[in-house]
Amino acid sequence: MTTPLPPGIQLEKVDDRIMTLNVGPQHPGSGHMRLIIKVDGDYIVSCDPDPGYVHRGEEKMAEYRNYIQNIPHLERPVIHDSSNILYPYCLAVEELLGIEVPERAKYIRVIAAELNRCIYTLYWLAIYGIFLGHSTMFMWPAGDRELFIDLLEAMSGARVTHAYLVPGGVRNDLPANFEERCLRQVDYFEKRLKEYQAIFYKNPILISRTEGTGILSRTDAIRLGTTGSVLRASGVNYDIRKKEPYDVYENMDFETVVMKEGDSYARSYIPYLEMFESCRIIRDAIRKMPKSGSVRTKLKPNPKGGNDEVYKRVESGRGELGYYIVSNNRPEPYRVKISVGSFRNLICMPYLLKGELLGNMPSVYWGLNYWPVEADR
Amino acid sequence: MLKEFFNQETAPHATNVLVGKLGEVLVRAVGKPLDYAINWGRIWSLWPVHLETACCSVEFGAASSPRYDVERFGIIEAFGSLRQCDLIVVMGTITRKMAPRLRMVYDQMPDPKYVIAMGACAITGGLYFDSYNVLPGIDGVLPVDIYVPGCPPRPETLIQGCMLLQEKIKRMKGA
Amino acid sequence: MSSENEKDEQPSDTVAAHSEDTESLSKDEAKKFYEEKGIDFSPDSPIHPKPIPPFEKSISDKIASKFNSKINVDYVRESRIRVSTKKEDILDVAFFIRDELGYDHAVSVSGVDYPDSKEIEVVYHLGSYTDEKLASQVLTLATRVPREEIPNPGKDSSRMTSLREVFYSVEFHERECFEMFGVYFEGHPDNRRLLLPEDWADIPPFRKDFKIKGR
Repeated sequence: MTTPLPPGIQLEKVDDRIMTLNVGPQHPGSGHMRLIIKVDGDYIVSCDPDPGYVHRGEEKMAEYRNYIQNIPHLERPVIHDSSNILYPYCLAVEELLGIEVPERAKYIRVIAAELNRCIYTLYWLAIYGIFLGHSTMFMWPAGDRELFIDLLEAMSGARVTHAYLVPGGVRNDLPANFEERCLRQVDYFEKRLKEYQAIFYKNPILISRTEGTGILSRTDAIRLGTTGSVLRASGVNYDIRKKEPYDVYENMDFETVVMKEGDSYARSYIPYLEMFESCRIIRDAIRKMPKSGSVRTKLKPNPKGGNDEVYKRVESGRGELGYYIVSNNRPEPYRVKISVGSFRNLICMPYLLKGELLGNMPSVYWGLNYWPVEADR
Repeated sequence: MLKEFFNQETAPHATNVLVGKLGEVLVRAVGKPLDYAINWGRIWSLWPVHLETACCSVEFGAASSPRYDVERFGIIEAFGSLRQCDLIVVMGTITRKMAPRLRMVYDQMPDPKYVIAMGACAITGGLYFDSYNVLPGIDGVLPVDIYVPGCPPRPETLIQGCMLLQEKIKRMKGA
Repeated sequence: MSSENEKDEQPSDTVAAHSEDTESLSKDEAKKFYEEKGIDFSPDSPIHPKPIPPFEKSISDKIASKFNSKINVDYVRESRIRVSTKKEDILDVAFFIRDELGYDHAVSVSGVDYPDSKEIEVVYHLGSYTDEKLASQVLTLATRVPREEIPNPGKDSSRMTSLREVFYSVEFHERECFEMFGVYFEGHPDNRRLLLPEDWADIPPFRKDFKIKGR
């Protein structure tokens, strides 16, 4: 009495100990991502990530638009980190087209990128708080984030989708009194960050839920090719801003934050400490920035890239973010590949969740700094 | 005799008229205040499903942040089970892989339920109008009550959309 | 870029070419018009070649001396080296790059479709975390697999050896490349679908013959 199954469908053997759970794509955390988890009692036996719920075919669309038309849709994968996702695209297009960027624009780009990194990290921290049931930690960063958004809104005119960085520089010059406003905000924010530590990072409940969970050793972090805060939490000193400085990052005074533990706590602590470094960079950039000058090299209409290819990368909030662009003497790129940190950290998920308590899944999942929209592109 | 009475087609006409009249009188007397009371309860406790489908969810998160605080308008923060929810805010792009899941989420919600399409992608496909994997709007999947335009909409726009929905619920039949 | 089939046309963006576009203006008028707007008409890509950096040259020489004719060094630029090889040799080259040169992880795996030469190029970007000197380097390892007119992913001739046993981190990247280009990776344990919907019945979408609607 066996009916033949349609192709592609298999029956799974039922084990009375092992239960399969579908976490997502709708779940109370960050949605649009499914984890197929098998649990034995309270312990996770295996985890199979199933991304692709926001796969919008950005890379295919980019082949049909020219270098300037590509800007708006390429920043959509991470709208709360839009300067950083456009940064490598601008660098790559500049190298392809042979454009020089004015000195002042380079500093403004660094300021925009660091402000946006703070916006991203604060949003991430807010969701991390609510993931672990800490409502205050949702409200505080979400409120402080608005102050940074105000700054970038003054710079670019848009709330989250700035499209502020363009090939050849930035779209427009800084508004009047921007430097003062920015410095005042940074001063306030550093004071505020110290309060976060008292309420969140020294909270015994947070420590008991994150310390020692999901440990990723240094060897494994390298072998799995992780990037960003996940890598630095495992003791690898690697930051593109230091190792392959782009624009004016080599003149900036900051340090790479590295921790050795490799657990969820370290992964959540590193983005927080990096916000202090971001504040340092913003201060430094404002001090060293030329006070006047051009901010944008004008491109000719419909520019064409040569018969060439280029790979450019920056350090975003989620790790290394690179663009691989192949051009063939056409106004449109021949192929655009976006190499994103979220997609690279996805490989850790089955590895880290194996043998972990089901209750520790939220802290491990969100600690990986995973933003599904970016990973699916 | 009794059989004949219950048979609607052959029942005496006068009985039907009497029952109908009685019902109308009852609805007039109780219905309106009852509708008002039920709708009042629904308006101020709209509970959205937490269904982040794309990038607009960032602005949805900002709407519950201290500055915008959508909770003061009766929209409860979106962290709960979908079986207790009555509002689904579709935050952005619906891809072909997500569409069946979206419908599945909608079907699991108890009645009455309302749908807000947030962002250009959820309305028409938006910036991704020519993508191979994106639906041109969610109208084919869900019955939409309110469209909130923008790419992404500002939190104020979302709040206005929620208030429009409340206006709409006020004019709906309660039970 | 070593593709003989692509036309090697010179950039035609000269003043004359642009002034032809604006028919209503004469040449001089158009030039003046653009000059006032601050638009210049220099060629798109810089013509003067950049000097070859010595450190990158030494790395590429190491690979070249080991594999003589099996590989082709396409370019050596600042922090970027590109090496292309035949798909039969890629495993040996990858082992050499990992063990002798010290590259330890894959940054990305991308495919590029060349319908004219009936080939799909698979490009591995490799980086290093352990070696301090290689931290800024990205080595591009490229290979070409045959491309079928009517693709049948997993069953046709566009297949190559997976590099998963060399670089563990390529696992998800190769899965993505398989579904987007139809290149089957032999030896990969998990060639399932990753990003596309389960019921995707069309050809792999990143191939050039897959046209998106309205374009």
